[in-house]
Amino acid sequence: MSRTAELVLILVVLANFVVLGTARLSSCVRAVALQGVLLGLAPILLFPGWSAHRVALAVGTIVIKGLVVPRFLLWAIREAAVRREVEPRLGYLPSLLLGTVVLALAFALAERWPLPVEGGGLLVAVAVTTVVHGLFVLTARRNAVTQVVGYIMMENGIYLFGLTQAERVPFLVELGVLLDVFVGVFIMGIVVFHINREFDSIDSTRLSELAE
Amino acid sequence: MTILHALVLLPALGALGAAVHRDEAYRTAWLVVIAALHLALTGTAWVSAPRATLGGWLALDALGLIVLTVVSTLFGVAAVYAVGYLRRESPRGGRAFVSCLLGFLAAASLVTVSHHFALLWVGLEATTLAVAPLIFHRHDRRSLEAVWKYLMLSSVGIALALLGTFLLAAAQSASAGTGRPLMLEDLIAAGALLDPRWLRAASVFLLVGFGAKMGLVPLHLWKPDTYGEAPSLVAGLMAGALTTCAFLGLMRMVQVVAAAGQGAFLTPLLLAFGLASLAVAALLLIGQSDLKRLLAYSSVEHMGLLVLGLGLGGGGVYGSLLHAVNNGLAKGLLFLTAGNVALARRAGDAGDQRGLLQTLPVSGVLLVVGLFAVTGSPPFGTFISEFTIVRGAFEGGHPWIGAATMLCLAVAFVGIARLVVGMAYGPPSGSNARTPESAWLVVGPAMLAVLLVALGVYIPPSLHQRLSDAAAALGGRAP
Repeated sequence: MSRTAELVLILVVLANFVVLGTARLSSCVRAVALQGVLLGLAPILLFPGWSAHRVALAVGTIVIKGLVVPRFLLWAIREAAVRREVEPRLGYLPSLLLGTVVLALAFALAERWPLPVEGGGLLVAVAVTTVVHGLFVLTARRNAVTQVVGYIMMENGIYLFGLTQAERVPFLVELGVLLDVFVGVFIMGIVVFHINREFDSIDSTRLSELAE
Repeated sequence: MTILHALVLLPALGALGAAVHRDEAYRTAWLVVIAALHLALTGTAWVSAPRATLGGWLALDALGLIVLTVVSTLFGVAAVYAVGYLRRESPRGGRAFVSCLLGFLAAASLVTVSHHFALLWVGLEATTLAVAPLIFHRHDRRSLEAVWKYLMLSSVGIALALLGTFLLAAAQSASAGTGRPLMLEDLIAAGALLDPRWLRAASVFLLVGFGAKMGLVPLHLWKPDTYGEAPSLVAGLMAGALTTCAFLGLMRMVQVVAAAGQGAFLTPLLLAFGLASLAVAALLLIGQSDLKRLLAYSSVEHMGLLVLGLGLGGGGVYGSLLHAVNNGLAKGLLFLTAGNVALARRAGDAGDQRGLLQTLPVSGVLLVVGLFAVTGSPPFGTFISEFTIVRGAFEGGHPWIGAATMLCLAVAFVGIARLVVGMAYGPPSGSNARTPESAWLVVGPAMLAVLLVALGVYIPPSLHQRLSDAAAALGGRAP
């Protein structure tokens, strides 16, 4: 694996930590936007040579994960006039510490379960880390926008794992991922907007009318 | 073009066609025609088995055919019901309502005929998306909350299922000679060549992902809210057809894991998910005061039963497959009847939900019939299938599981009966005048009730053959 590819993967992990450690919603969204761009570069940098399929995947990923979805979320933040995550379920420092533990465990796992793919070890470790970090953000934050950001991080991790199979499995899988992010976030964004209008807040814990 | 293409394309094109029509009467007629054609296509697939197409990506084996039949039958009934329903109430979706329903049918059909895990995943994802706008039809706080929970939990579930699919590809890539990636037949043929570590990881993620769609405990939290808020017609399709499709995804995974000789790893997981769902649902069924939420917990209970039967192996697998059919029909029957009750209440002439046998005689009777059908009493088909699963537990050397299952079923019976009997009998609190019931709204549920009784009395040899074949593919056998 080239040095640039390694750098890209490391930056992906750093973007995770930005989301884990910050309360400002717009910073979280910008971090996943950066992650989306990096993810678009990854297939070109990871595998030698060029192919139309890979370029199309890169362009599609950058446009959707790096531009469209983040813009949509920034728009949702503006509409809802919320800036910061208030009272996360778990504080920022513990989140960062837990995130580091996850990173270490992911590297240990990638070491023990090798895949016959070039650069597989680092790719698997980063993918697993990003999935777990995403799930963590999804459960540890209360704000609907941050939860969507967590969901996107999880999707990004899954996409990275998919890259280990990208050379073998035809591109239907990658299309599926892009479709999922696009449609999923699109619908969620609309719902976030409606929740805001109906509840005057996008704190998802206020959704408690349907308690047992 | 073969039947397999037609099964998916017919409703997909129908969804587009319905979006074009301006007149609601046209759209509903269109819906019924497409549903009838789909049912006819499914019937042809019973007569002569369609050949695999698209290089084996689309094929219809016994397992797929059983689920397809449940989906198609239930959709046919729901389409007839929709005629009466759309006359009484116009859901917010308006023109999109019929299109989304047909889109759901297309996606569910794709799930039943796909023999490629990525395609299966795409189909399941599409069912989720097609149904989401239908739940969100009232645009008020409660239905917003329902749709948010539904989207969040099922999106996470479906994302984890995708990760599971990738892990399955990784298990396959670990050694050469495992055939085409993610093809069901090739994965089964590869068997022990699959890397066991990645395969186990894949099975866990697929179980959690599909389990979230089925609504297994602890991934069931979206269910009561969603079923409680969605129009009954939609809730019935979700509880009867969508969950059965997710169960099919789970069974495909079990096929691969069993072929690889890793069944012993999966069995305890299936039993644990199954028992937990049964027990938690049975406890929550007691004390429910809303019919649709009650039915949602009943759905959790029966999903647990399906997974339990699959985990028990042997005759339990046959029972589980038969129960997938019976549960689909019973859920359709009860949700559509619950829809009639809700329509009458909204019209304001049924008063409180008591004494339904007097105010809504036909729906009241159907509700009582549904009560016995869903709790697995003779002579309904559910009795036979639940009995087969419990017998599978005793024969498989799990007497405690068998006993626990019977206890949970008994508790669930008390919970459901308490509410339903209270609603059906007793004096109506408002006026006790009979509310006229549209034939469109009762003929479907009545047909489902007849089918349930028929399956309880007699299982046709052709169905028995398909069930035995499917059970054998899952490592089980006919009892």
